[in-house]
This record gives sequence, structure tokens and C-alpha cells, in this order.
Amino acid sequence: MAVKNFILVCGGTACESSKGDEIFKALLKSAQKHGVQDDVQIIKTGCFGFCEKGPIVKVLPEEAFYVEVTPEDGEEIIAETIVKGRLVDRLVYKDAEKSKSNSEKIKFYQKQYRVVLRNCGLINPEDIEEYIARDGYLALEKCLTGELTPEDVINHLKISGLRGRGGAGFPTWLKWNFSKNVAADQKYVVCNADEGDPGAYMDRSTCEGDPHSIIEAMAIAGYTCGANQGFIYIRAEYPLAIERLNIAIEQAKDAGLLGKNILGSNFDFDLEIRLGAGAFVCGEETALLASIEGKRGMPIPKPPFPAVKGLWGKPSIINNVETFANIPVILTKGGEWYKSIGTEGSPGTKVFALTGQIENSGLVEVPMGTTLRDIVFDIGGGIKGGRKFKAVQTGGPSGGVITEQFLDTPIDFDTLTSIGSMMGSGGMIVMSEDDCIVDVTKFYLEFCVEESCGKCSPCRIGTKKMHEILEKITSGKGEMSDIQKLKDIGKAMKTASLCGLGQTAANPVLSTLKYFEEEYLEHIQDGKCRAGKCKDLMQYKIIEEKCIGCTVCARKCPVNCIVGERKTPHFINQDKCVKCGACYEACKFDAITIS
Amino acid sequence: MPTEEKIELPKDLLEFIAKWKDKQGNLIMILHKTQEHYGYIPRAAAIELAKLLDVPLAKVYGVITFYHFFKLKKPGKNIISVCMGTACYIKGAGDLMAECETLLGCGVNCTTDDEEFSLQGVRCVGCCGLAPLITVGGEVYGKLTPDALPAIIAKYRSK
Repeated sequence: MAVKNFILVCGGTACESSKGDEIFKALLKSAQKHGVQDDVQIIKTGCFGFCEKGPIVKVLPEEAFYVEVTPEDGEEIIAETIVKGRLVDRLVYKDAEKSKSNSEKIKFYQKQYRVVLRNCGLINPEDIEEYIARDGYLALEKCLTGELTPEDVINHLKISGLRGRGGAGFPTWLKWNFSKNVAADQKYVVCNADEGDPGAYMDRSTCEGDPHSIIEAMAIAGYTCGANQGFIYIRAEYPLAIERLNIAIEQAKDAGLLGKNILGSNFDFDLEIRLGAGAFVCGEETALLASIEGKRGMPIPKPPFPAVKGLWGKPSIINNVETFANIPVILTKGGEWYKSIGTEGSPGTKVFALTGQIENSGLVEVPMGTTLRDIVFDIGGGIKGGRKFKAVQTGGPSGGVITEQFLDTPIDFDTLTSIGSMMGSGGMIVMSEDDCIVDVTKFYLEFCVEESCGKCSPCRIGTKKMHEILEKITSGKGEMSDIQKLKDIGKAMKTASLCGLGQTAANPVLSTLKYFEEEYLEHIQDGKCRAGKCKDLMQYKIIEEKCIGCTVCARKCPVNCIVGERKTPHFINQDKCVKCGACYEACKFDAITIS
Repeated sequence: MPTEEKIELPKDLLEFIAKWKDKQGNLIMILHKTQEHYGYIPRAAAIELAKLLDVPLAKVYGVITFYHFFKLKKPGKNIISVCMGTACYIKGAGDLMAECETLLGCGVNCTTDDEEFSLQGVRCVGCCGLAPLITVGGEVYGKLTPDALPAIIAKYRSK
């Protein structure tokens, strides 16, 4: 009997952490119980992107979109939707207007365009057949049967205008062409899956949801440039992605799509996974290569570029996960097709990890040139709790902020750079009026202090000094001269640091100083943090009129800094107060304020 | 000079080393396998590795200390990792960390005296939709507030 229904269960890390696997098993068990196991195929897919509402279960062909599902719901989904053909109302996703939506109508997906994530949330990533059924390995086949020569591949990439998605946006065809034109006895292809930007998980989701697309693209890169060995360098912190990649590599080997004489041609290509070990600097390509070589991941000056002299001194193509994932589909549909998506200077789509103070956090893929307003307010559903938008941070610790005035700027590589931020790998952190811009900047600097490899002094000393100044400002000890110091150090780091980490580490400071200087000044001159995040600048005060002298706060205070007679208003001794907030929470009369 | 304590590496690790010995750039992969076995890299194991791979001990330590992932001290029975990625940070990871420190009575990157718990901050688990979150031994607890922590910690404390 033919399968009538498909149930897709999200198997991305976030949903998996919320019992995705148990839901999957519960569905299987219930299908058995109701004797419908032959009518329905239950598949664990990659990430749906809508992480805010996970775990997600989708039923086809009804397009029923169930959110926040628990293992206990499995039985009801089978009994109602599969057996009786009815929706389980309480699980169906309802948008802000409380109207029920099937998956085609959900606003979160309306403005998205999935190229990189084309298979995520659709196929079982642990089954090569499903990837092949979606035109997988077709591009590789075209290459190996001679339909696409290495020159054709380069040409398609050139027409497509694909730029590296790791952050800098270097044209991919150029990189490949460099490597192709160097004569060498050995060349390598390297995939950078060391997604280090805290708050970004696009590449992890691609590895988990569609690992074969990366493998196929790397084999094509090998074919184009004459490399027969590839390495995927991935963070050890991504166990699920590593597991799925390993499974995919084994399946590709068994299917004759990796290894010797692929598809009967004389092309050999092998692939190995190498694990990172928690060093942000290893996202920089020369540091990454050093790490694959088993050494401390420290960058070296460029040129020579890795495309000419890379891993073990051999020409090496390094691209990140998202860049690779674009390539098979560019070659099957043609460079012209890809060029028609996005903007003139940045064709294609970009995947963003939309997080922070946003209603619908998750993974979104939009054509380049989409405005921030569309992403934050239409796809993301606006700011959490109806708070006021403050800024969006893109590019992680190397990027900057985008403020309200740029909400309608079309986003691509060039516009982001021109407004002082950068594309980066795709982290997009939304901040509201409740976030202190100086505090968040300090957070990024703290990250860079820890992650600076220490090889060059502008980065090693610069990040440390900047962090110290920010620490001073957020604790109310800032001086006016600090602002200029920050700018000077930032400028020096930009020009003098050895690698991308140091050159960009000052960006969060410089960009926030440009757009939010008044918040810095408030901290310094008025000793005030408008978001109430900088504890040292906060003051708890008792409103005399409201205080009835119940003494609860005085008894709760761990440092005995609240004084006052019973039944008369109390006072907080500001010099002794440690700002723990115990009094604020204990007061039943709302008599304590924070300023 | 004090004599170094000897250690016998487990069979599966030795097999792994044999498989990787002739591959270029094998050290990090072997260190991962070693840490997988012991939970950290004991000094005696590092000495053994240096001998087996014929690299200076200084190089082995150079690599171990460069990467955050490798540990030199034995961790507690349960490792509590507070995600300190940006999304978690702006949603209050700092408060979670402070509460964990209070509840456990130990600081970041330290282990409690009874060796029950280790506390660490990690960079982005990649579940930003669940921010702020902590993980305990692979289990993820998301969308947390500090008052949810005592119950979670109690679950892991041995009776």
C-alpha cells in the first residue's frame, strides 16, 4: 500500500534537545498501535528554522504545522490526524492574530527563500536516497560525465556572482580559479565548519539537515581544481552535526560517490573530518589550516593565500559551509538563475540566525537585499514583549550595530559595510530598549580578549585595554578621555593587527560609539545606565510615601544597609548597598524603585 | 626530579593512535579521543602520547593549552555548562551563572569540593531559540530563569 501521509519531525539540535527524538519514537509506537505504520512515513529531518516554537512536527499532505510538541502528543497526532484526518487544534501554530495557520501561510516563512536550506526540514539527512531524489549529486554527475568541464564550473560560479558566505564576501570563482591555475602534485579542499560566532548556528543546521550538499560541493571543488583530498573542519561542540556528516560520508563512499574512480570516472576524492577544539581564531583560514595540521591555531600573514599555498604548503580551497551548500544547486540550475536572486553586487540568499529580543527566533533564509524591517518585524514578528527596537548586531564579535534609521536599507555585503557593520557569517542579534549597548559591547570585547591567540600585540593588548576601559565605564568610573582612547586603540588595532580577528575586534566598539555615543556619555557623565543592565550604576531607593515601615526589606537585606524605625519610612544606605535586589523583590507595597 | 606517575592507556585509545599515527596533523584528533576517555587530559597520558607520537611534550602541552576544549584538571561528576553566547547573554545568562555559583558554592571553571559538579561557561551551544540555557551532561535546559536552577541541580546531586 502506498504511503498516504508523511510526518516530518524536526531533528535539529534545538528541537532534539527538547525531546525531538522521543517524539519521533512516540509517533512510531503509536502508528504501530493503530496499525497505520504502512500508511504513514515518519521522518526525522533537519532544522525547520522556527526554533522559537520547537519542537516542530509537520504532517503532509495536510501541511499541518504542529508546534511545541511533547512526546505525549505523539499518540494524539496519530489517532487524530493520521487515523481520522483531523487536525489537533491545540498543537496547530497560531500567529499573533490567534488565527490558525497551516505551514504555507505562516508569516515566518512568507518572505523567506530557501536555497541553502532547500532540504532542511524536508528530507531525512541520514538517508542519501532522499538527497539524491532532490537532484542531489546531479551536479557532480554532470561534472564527471564531462557535461561540465572544470572551466564550465568556474564559469557558472562567475556568472552566479556567488561570494563567500564566511563573512568577507570574496568571490568564490576567483578563489577556485587561483587554486585551479597553480600547478602542484597535491591540492586540498577544506570546508570551514568552525562556526565560532557566539549566537550563530546557520552552518550547524546545514550540516545537520543537509550534509550531502556539502560533500557534493567539496567533491566538485576537488574536480574543478584537481584536488583529491578534502577536510571538513568542524567544532567539537557540534556532536550531532559531526555524527550526521560521518554517516553521510560513509553512505557517499558506499554509493561510489566518494573514494576511488567516482561514478566510473578516473576522478578520486576522499573526505575526512577534523575536529576543532574551541578556538574562535580558527575560523581565520590560515589559523584553521594550522589547526588541521595539528598545531596551535595561530594565523600567519597573507599572501601567499591558501589557494596558492595552504595546507602543508599545498594549494587549498577553503570555503565555509553555506558557500558550499549553494554550489550544487547553482550548477544544476545555472549561474544565471542564481544571479537573478538577490542584489546586483551580492546575488543569492543569506541565512541568518535571528536571535535575541525577538518574538520568533530561528533560522531564516532571505534573498540578499531584503530589508532589516522585513526580517525583524515580518519574519521575526517584532520585538519580544512589544518593547522598543534598539539595534541589531550583525557580524558577531567582528561586526557592528544597525540602528533604527537603517531598518529599510536593503541588506547585502556592501550596504552593511557602508553603514559600519558587516555581513559576517550571519548571526543577527536583536536588541531592545532593555539592553545596554555598552554592556553588550563589553561582552564582545570580553569574548575577543579570551579568543585572541596572542601572537600579535595590537590584538592581544588592544582587546585587553579596550575591555578594561569598558569595564571602567560600566562600573561608573569612566572618564571623558576614555572615549577618545577607545577610538585610538580601535584604529590602531584595525590597521596593525595580523589577522581578521584583531582587525575587526574593535568594530563593535567603534560602531556603537558612532551610533550610541550618548549612551556612553550617560554612563560616564550622569552615572546612569538607561537599560538598567549595569548593576554598579543602579540605585535602589525607597519611596517615602509608599513605605509603611513593615521592616521586611531591612530583614532581607544581606548587608544590613536598610535603616529605619518600625512603622516609619526606611532608607537605603547607598554606600553599603550591593545592589542584590533582595529588598526590591521582598517589598509588597511597590515602595522600592530602581533608577 | 620527581618521578612521573605511569599510566596505561586503554586499548581502544591505543588502537585509535595506531590508526592515526601516520596521518599528518593527528595530534588534536588523538587528544580529543584521550579526553573522551578520561574526561580530561591527565599529565601521565600526555607524557605517553608524546612518546608514542614522537613529539616533544612541550608541543603536546602547547596544543592542549591553546584550545579551550581540552581540560587539564579532572572535572566533577556532572558538568554544568552555562551558555554564554550572545543570545543567551542578552537574555540573562549572567544571572544564571551567578545563581549557579551561589548554589554550587564554586566559581566558573571550578569543581565543587565533593567533586559532584563542575561549572563552566561555554560559547554558544547553537540552540539560540532556547536562550538562555544551560546543559548538564548533554541534557539541555532552555528558556531558564535563575529560580529554576535549584530543582535542576538537585536532580543531579547524588542521594
